[in-house]
Amino acid sequence: MVAEVVIKTVDLHCSFGSTAAMRDLNLDIYKNEILGIIGPANSGKTTFLRALNRLNYLSASYSQTGDIIFEGKNIKQITDRLLRKKIGIIFALPQVLPVSIFHNIAYGPKVHGLTKKNNAAAIVEKSLKKAYLWDEVKDRLDLPANRLSGGQQQRLCIARTLAVEPDVILYDEPCSGLDPISTAKVEDTMQELKKDYTQILVTNNTKQAARVTQRCGFFLMGELVEIEETETLFTKPKDKRTDDYITGRFG
Amino acid sequence: MLKRTSEFVIEACIKLSGLAVIIFVVAIFIFLLKDALSLFGVHSINDFLFGKKWLPISEPAKFGVIPLLLGSLYVTVGAIVICVPLGVCSAMFIAEVAPSHLKHVLKSLVEILAAIPSVVLGFIGIVWLGPFLRNTLNLSTGMCGLTGSLLLAFMALPTVISISEDALIGVPKAFKEAAFGLGATRWQTLWRIVLPSASSGIIAAVMLGIGRVIGETMVVMMVTGNSPVIPTSLLQPLRTLTATIAGEMGETVAGSEHYFALFAVGLILFIITFIINFIADICLRKARK
Repeated sequence: MVAEVVIKTVDLHCSFGSTAAMRDLNLDIYKNEILGIIGPANSGKTTFLRALNRLNYLSASYSQTGDIIFEGKNIKQITDRLLRKKIGIIFALPQVLPVSIFHNIAYGPKVHGLTKKNNAAAIVEKSLKKAYLWDEVKDRLDLPANRLSGGQQQRLCIARTLAVEPDVILYDEPCSGLDPISTAKVEDTMQELKKDYTQILVTNNTKQAARVTQRCGFFLMGELVEIEETETLFTKPKDKRTDDYITGRFG
Repeated sequence: MLKRTSEFVIEACIKLSGLAVIIFVVAIFIFLLKDALSLFGVHSINDFLFGKKWLPISEPAKFGVIPLLLGSLYVTVGAIVICVPLGVCSAMFIAEVAPSHLKHVLKSLVEILAAIPSVVLGFIGIVWLGPFLRNTLNLSTGMCGLTGSLLLAFMALPTVISISEDALIGVPKAFKEAAFGLGATRWQTLWRIVLPSASSGIIAAVMLGIGRVIGETMVVMMVTGNSPVIPTSLLQPLRTLTATIAGEMGETVAGSEHYFALFAVGLILFIITFIINFIADICLRKARK
């Protein structure tokens, strides 16, 4: 597979206070792939994800060395605003805003001034359709968003991220609070989005990683142990620690 | 056995303390109501509620509450207009913007502001703020509604700041992260997400601030000029409900018409503060959901 590299990390080192959360990470992420990141708790998965759109800096003790190159440009030269528009994130628990379904989606485009050119209703419809939520909510767009079910809320968050026209979508254990049926719907949505977006999925659920991703990396204690085609990683892992983790012998 | 007795005694004490609060409030209300209603035996309730003149020692005496009610209203509205933007903005600064060491300093300063006795503020009003306003605004007297409003705004400020700040801090971190994750700036997040989510708590803060202002007596008695006429602007001397009771109670004969009239004024004040606290309570309960 010869593919265009969208994100490249160079010797990325992240720490909170004096604790290193991520050590010397060198990783390429290709266009239109779904990259899985698995690993036990405290392995730096979330830190890695949040480093990509600089959300880690919301915590005052955070510091980082090394570089992240996004679409050929060091992210230090991109404003937070533009970077987070281009690299959207879906959190573990659906973080719907305390407003209606419609305004949850319209919020992002409004913040970026996109609603002036296009009409907000069209953006909302388009985004909800892409997240396969439109048919379920089209008659009740004025309903407070927190009245939706957990799975619907999570897909609403995906739609909200899509509304600002990102290139990359990060998922931070997006299904950890969802039942199997809602999980399946979120995973289906991810598969459909593959043709237009690059996606990175951090998950605690190795089965999910095996189902959804093309390539998969195993993180342990802030270190990337190995990264392979998903099938290879799950059938013939090179490193013993990976083997132990995916077969459930530790973690 | 001993254990069971002490248990019983403690339980009874707690129950009694709880009931005492209810008994006190009801007793105060009945006490006010009894004496206030005595007025309406000799004086028409219409003349009291809608009378435009408060002349308690003229012959015949007039007990129209409108000038006092408007006096209170003017001073309160003035104070709130000054206090709310200032208070909510400082709360936003303390809760969302200030670095943590500055946050601690500001919070203790707000507490100190709350601890200043009102008579001290009144004193500052008489010797400094009143003359200052008279000179700068070219008034005939500095003892006017505006002086009272300014000082009361400062008195209500700690209440407004600390309750708004609680409301702002209570906004789930998730909302902020979601907004930041979409690329919203700090200001956009604060304005469009945090502030609306905290709105019920902020309304409660404002209502409690109003309650504080409308019940305040000492400052307004010292600086607003004590003139019970219908005010047409904040730059005139006026008199509030509270200052009337405090100022005249000492001069009345117990059981006289004037005496009962002051109780009726007190009853009105009680009803107003009750309604304000009730609204604040509803807002706070909504905010906690």
